[in-house]
Amino acid sequence: MILARVVGTVVATRKDDRLIGAKLLLVRQVDPRGKDESSYMVAVDTVDAGGNDKVLIVTGSSARMASGLKDCPVDAAIVGVIDSVEVKE
Amino acid sequence: MFLAKVIGTVVASRKDEGLHGRTLLLIQPLTTERTPAGKPLVAIDSVGAGVTEEVFYVRGREACIPFLPAEVPADAAIVGIVDPPSAG
Repeated sequence: MILARVVGTVVATRKDDRLIGAKLLLVRQVDPRGKDESSYMVAVDTVDAGGNDKVLIVTGSSARMASGLKDCPVDAAIVGVIDSVEVKE
Repeated sequence: MFLAKVIGTVVASRKDEGLHGRTLLLIQPLTTERTPAGKPLVAIDSVGAGVTEEVFYVRGREACIPFLPAEVPADAAIVGIVDPPSAG
């Protein structure tokens, strides 16, 4: 899984039937210290994340294991809102 | 599977129900020379690994397998702890 920050919302009226009702958020990957990385993605939110929340993203086919996304055409899902990251290097 | 070093912990109280009770660890992938390879990532622990330990982890859909029959939304899971070099 990767760490990311919610940077926006995505609205799409015409979309796959299995995505109807899904909340799409634009997220930007961050490093463990919270610094922005260059990559971003569109992810389906399953935990009611919001503006600027730091979140946990599961990618690839595992994203369909998130609740409510079985058999959905999804490859990125927000599965947690991060409280804290502790790095001990 | 790949080698990594556990470098930290991640806490998330609001999360997918499949992640409840699971330990989230921050890991830094390693080369065979034990130098950092690429960006750190978050993996679910299935073997009781701790910070500073060297581990190996599995990526992709297979990361769910250690937790079956529970449905865990994971794309990276720690599946083994590398034994430290023996003193002898």
